[in-house]
Amino acid sequence: MESELKCTVNGVVHFIEDSDNEPLLYFLRDKVGLRSTRFGCGQGTCGACTVIIDGQPKMSCEIRAKDVIGANIETAELLAGKHGHPLIQAFIEYQAGQCGYCLPGILMASKALLDEKENPTRFEIAIALDANLCRCGAHARILDAVQKAGALMTAKGVK
Amino acid sequence: MKVQFPKPLLDYPKLGDWLTVTSENKLIFFSGRVELGQGNLTALIMMISDELGVIPEKITLQTARTDKTPNEGFTAGSMSIAHGGQSLRWAVAALRRQILDISAASLSADPSELELSNGEIYQKGSLCFSIDEVLEKVDLNSKITEEAKLKDPSQRWTEFREIERVDLMERMTGAPFVHDIIEDGMLFGATIHPANMYSKLLKLDVESLSGRPGVVKIVQDGSFVGVLATTQRFALEAAEWAREKSEWEENSEKIENPISHLESQNCDFEVITETGDVNKNSGEWYELTISRPYIFHGSIGPAAAVAKWERGKLTVWTHSQGVFQLRNALAAVLEISEENIIVIHKAGSGCYGHNGADDAALDAALLANAVAGKYVKVVWSRYDEFHAAPMGAAMSTKSRAHLGPDGLITAFDVEVTSVPHSSRPGTGGTPNLRSAVLIENSKLPAKSPDVPAVRGGGAERNAVPSYDFGPVRVKKRLVHDLPYRASALRSLGAYNNVIVNEGLIDEIALNVGENPLDFRIKHCAEDRSKELLLRLDKETKTYRKKLKESQGWGVAYARYKGISGLCAVFVSVTVDEEVSVDHVVSVSDVGEAISPDGVKNQIEGGIIQSISWTLKEAVKTDGNSVAVESWFDYPIIKFSEIPTMDTILIERPYEKPLGAAEISQGPAGAVVANAVRNALGIRVKQLPITRDAIVSSLLSSEV
Repeated sequence: MESELKCTVNGVVHFIEDSDNEPLLYFLRDKVGLRSTRFGCGQGTCGACTVIIDGQPKMSCEIRAKDVIGANIETAELLAGKHGHPLIQAFIEYQAGQCGYCLPGILMASKALLDEKENPTRFEIAIALDANLCRCGAHARILDAVQKAGALMTAKGVK
Repeated sequence: MKVQFPKPLLDYPKLGDWLTVTSENKLIFFSGRVELGQGNLTALIMMISDELGVIPEKITLQTARTDKTPNEGFTAGSMSIAHGGQSLRWAVAALRRQILDISAASLSADPSELELSNGEIYQKGSLCFSIDEVLEKVDLNSKITEEAKLKDPSQRWTEFREIERVDLMERMTGAPFVHDIIEDGMLFGATIHPANMYSKLLKLDVESLSGRPGVVKIVQDGSFVGVLATTQRFALEAAEWAREKSEWEENSEKIENPISHLESQNCDFEVITETGDVNKNSGEWYELTISRPYIFHGSIGPAAAVAKWERGKLTVWTHSQGVFQLRNALAAVLEISEENIIVIHKAGSGCYGHNGADDAALDAALLANAVAGKYVKVVWSRYDEFHAAPMGAAMSTKSRAHLGPDGLITAFDVEVTSVPHSSRPGTGGTPNLRSAVLIENSKLPAKSPDVPAVRGGGAERNAVPSYDFGPVRVKKRLVHDLPYRASALRSLGAYNNVIVNEGLIDEIALNVGENPLDFRIKHCAEDRSKELLLRLDKETKTYRKKLKESQGWGVAYARYKGISGLCAVFVSVTVDEEVSVDHVVSVSDVGEAISPDGVKNQIEGGIIQSISWTLKEAVKTDGNSVAVESWFDYPIIKFSEIPTMDTILIERPYEKPLGAAEISQGPAGAVVANAVRNALGIRVKQLPITRDAIVSSLLSSEV
């Protein structure tokens, strides 16, 4: 039955060991080796560990790895690169962040929104990001950057 | 004119202190500053690039580590650029001069005929060679003198201007943090932090703890108990289990309410500043007292560190603000020589002052000592963050202002009562590391003397108003007996002092029937502040006329520490069930802005953080411990609460850079308080301005 214990992370298939109810966060960081997904509180209250699971933004500290069997998972590594995802281009252009600890989670919550909705308003973006905390106070720039990314995606016909 | 070198340059006068040339003829620059998320790495690289004439991409900058870089003290107080960056500029200017002299000698030319541009030497406009070819001849033992001559401001930023944040991509999609370090055979540690500062361990079932999943080893030293486990998750889970099962003796008295405790003190005030006799005028005095509670640093990522012992020598990777001070504190606790410790800075989550970074480093060092040869990583839990890290100090400020017969303020008198605002490693001569209190051979913290006035003061920071108010007196008293850890949090006492002083100015303006902007402009002490306020007036005039009945607005201004960056802020608010800030306009002057967009980012971040403090934040306490278990118990500002923002920077390329990171904290808090006062007609005197605080202020004003 081992062949069924797998999920897809950023397009690559990974086997999930049934190890002691391990949260997805640690599976991604320690087993898959994708460490942009960050531990902030471990209580599902800050959003630093947000990833996309089958199109939905979820906090990976609250989900067990064994509960994502068969799922398609996306993390911030997927967006990387200078000519990467429009979100990355817009975040760089607007310098939308300071310490960046919260950003991968915010990027994933934003990507889930932009994948779902074309050109969301500032208010719609804010609501979509309300579960993600930022302490440096880069919120205003982040809202602008997500809006810009939405416009870039529309212009390029990306979705 | 005699040039005044910044302090780091006086401490480290040799060229080789600030840079080296590798065997491949590559330049590596050294800075004793650290990147805390504020973007100073980018700004320092820009300064080096501009001074030398080499593209930023080619600049390698090594930030603070005790075995390589100058000791520039703590990266704090908005001084990275003003002190650290200016020191680097002088070093680079000295290097540039040597390169030109060496090149001139090899070309048998006069140095004045040569130009260094884009990393190459030109003679009368024609390319001769790359600077790489002469680097090996640079004398690193030479002393940096004022003969080096800095570039004239008119020649600055001609080749390269604003560049992207050099570290942002990695922070968004990579693994640059201490938390992300992975090494073969690494073990993961967690400490069982008691809820009370001076608790002693009474009971713990060590055997059961040893049997928890993934636990490899228990480390015990007095009341210090830590676990080593195979994964971070297992370490944190075991520590949580142990915390819940263990029993501790509480060794501190209970204090009902920290603010009432402060305000009911009878100890004497110490006069800090007195520029004349404030009491010489009899007449009309106005008075305002406002307090702020303990506030969390609240970084999104918890404190973390990696440590490794090898043959009696310790190496630590940390996001501390002061690697040398941490090294010395670790040496004192571990009772080994400073020479046997190397401390290396590595990125952490956003740093707004003295947080748990240094404490996590000691935890890692204590745990790693039990498994010499292995890397040990400690990542604190959210519980540790809320219970073991220092908080921003609770304080109360009372200001009095004298109104002269001509409608001008003619004397100002401030009394600050506060917990000390700094207990950094080494302050007061003690290590001030959390677990140092727990170990058998404990090192208890000394009473903190607070930050001295020469470094901008602690509790009394910005108690002197940034206006011409005639004689000013500032007195402070420090209260030491509260059972909580407090230390430097962004802007220290300036936040509360500016809120009180700017609130008092507004009360007086209102009383004499003047527009708060005009009233402030009348009292401006310098042209730079007047320009700021006039600009703020101009930028908000039309907007102010369009405000709805339900909205209030306010302004506030301060010059940080009286000598650093200037910042004036306008906000509009709507007061409904809660206060919401609708729009912010700020005008700032930080002298020369190295990275203007980086400066704006700092100012905006300060404003948003300060709005959060002012409207939402107070650490709940239950007598002698923090009563906060998760972010739900300590809400901070959310995306849906963010105002629209217009951030204006007045650039002054011919002035000295003044620093930016902390300049907006005070004005932003003050302007929100003033706008709420404008909207409601009453002033809330206990921060934060929550719905409950507004209701109780309304009730007490009706009495």
